[in-house]
Amino acid sequence: MAEREVGQQIVLPLSKAVELSAKSIKVRLGRSLITMSGIILAIAFLMSIGTSNAVLDRLRQVDDPKVQSVLQTKGLDLDSEAVREERARNTWLVVLSLLVCLVGIWNSMLMSVTERFREIGTMKCLGALDSFIIKIFLLESSFQGVVGTLVGMFLGLFLSLGMSLGTYGTAVVKYFPWVAVLRWGGLSFLIGSVLSVIAAIYPAYVAAKMEPVEAMRVDR
Amino acid sequence: MARQTVVRTENVRKVYKMGVVEVEALKGVTLEIYAGEYISIMGPSGSGKTTLFNMIGALDKPTSGRVYIDEVDVAQLDAYELAWLRCRKIGYIFQTFNLIPVMSALENVMLPMIFAGMTSDDAREKAAALLDRVGLGDRLLHKPYELSGGQQQRVAVARAMANDPAIILADEPTGNLDLKTGTEIIELLREMNKESGVTIISATHDHKMLSVSDRVVWVRDGRVERIVNREDLHIEVGKIDGQAE
Repeated sequence: MAEREVGQQIVLPLSKAVELSAKSIKVRLGRSLITMSGIILAIAFLMSIGTSNAVLDRLRQVDDPKVQSVLQTKGLDLDSEAVREERARNTWLVVLSLLVCLVGIWNSMLMSVTERFREIGTMKCLGALDSFIIKIFLLESSFQGVVGTLVGMFLGLFLSLGMSLGTYGTAVVKYFPWVAVLRWGGLSFLIGSVLSVIAAIYPAYVAAKMEPVEAMRVDR
Repeated sequence: MARQTVVRTENVRKVYKMGVVEVEALKGVTLEIYAGEYISIMGPSGSGKTTLFNMIGALDKPTSGRVYIDEVDVAQLDAYELAWLRCRKIGYIFQTFNLIPVMSALENVMLPMIFAGMTSDDAREKAAALLDRVGLGDRLLHKPYELSGGQQQRVAVARAMANDPAIILADEPTGNLDLKTGTEIIELLREMNKESGVTIISATHDHKMLSVSDRVVWVRDGRVERIVNREDLHIEVGKIDGQAE
């Protein structure tokens, strides 16, 4: 019966999955924003730490007596034990906040999957393959991840700049570490996006494994 | 008169484990469903009606016994083949309508066609024609929440017909509808059955379904109690109601 025709079964074009994911986010905007706020905050934290460190490192290298005197007053001119300890602490905090963010996305996506049991079951009754279901949820999470990461990056950058301007004055603008900040930006973007996809893997798997018969359940 | 069998079950048993207890939902059901017929499976809650329905619709596998759809043993099919079966051969209608809420009526009807590999343009044309056939030609772009229950079920009927299936499986299609709307849906299904020869298998409590069914399978306690043909149905109903036909 199905031997020849199964080969013809075209796996649904990615564009349809993209369309469905985008629409789902729009419809559940409130939920999406809550998920994204976690990413925004975590990435903002990451970016601001990175930017602050980059600014400080740059200023330390600068051969400008005014800058050096400001640094000396604040005790930031030497690569002291205290500074290194603070950096280590900040790194630890950033890692923690990213983990919290990951758990948050995981939980939020899992809730979403559970709520949409009927939709998933129905799509399977219409002939959707497991891979299509996985695509939908991974795409949804990636969209939210990318948008949240971008917002977080700019938020972190501006906050950090504001604080640096307050601490070091206009020297920050004069000696802005463009390259380092861009590198941090790239790193934040990568981490944020990858995090959203990884967090969604298990929920997407749960969704894909749902049986079509779930669509028939009248209550939940 | 040799009629083509579209679905066949052979001594199907289904056992569920509820904790420590084993519940035998189906106790050996052998049934033949012929192409083009409108057959209703009726029975009280807990009779095994829904379980039998799930077996026939390739939504569940029996504990023992076989289910053949078009002479193919459903239990032998892999995930791809099952998906193909559900996409091309069977159309499903649910009590809760189950339209995708983020998509319009048109897009809902198009979805199974896209799964089947149709181009968007062809799918759109065919979907519009189907929606027109069920009387929703002026509501193509409405989303499910903008449609009444009866209208949503009509969209569901159009969607079930999307890939010209051999079988339509309707689980309590009138369960969430009032008397008048329910009757309309039953009529619509009967029209589909007559026009295109699609086999309609319906699991239902609704006695309104009796008058359009070619055969009625009464299920009780995990077994087929009796199968009543259309001609004898009037006598049946007469017996139940205590009124002469």
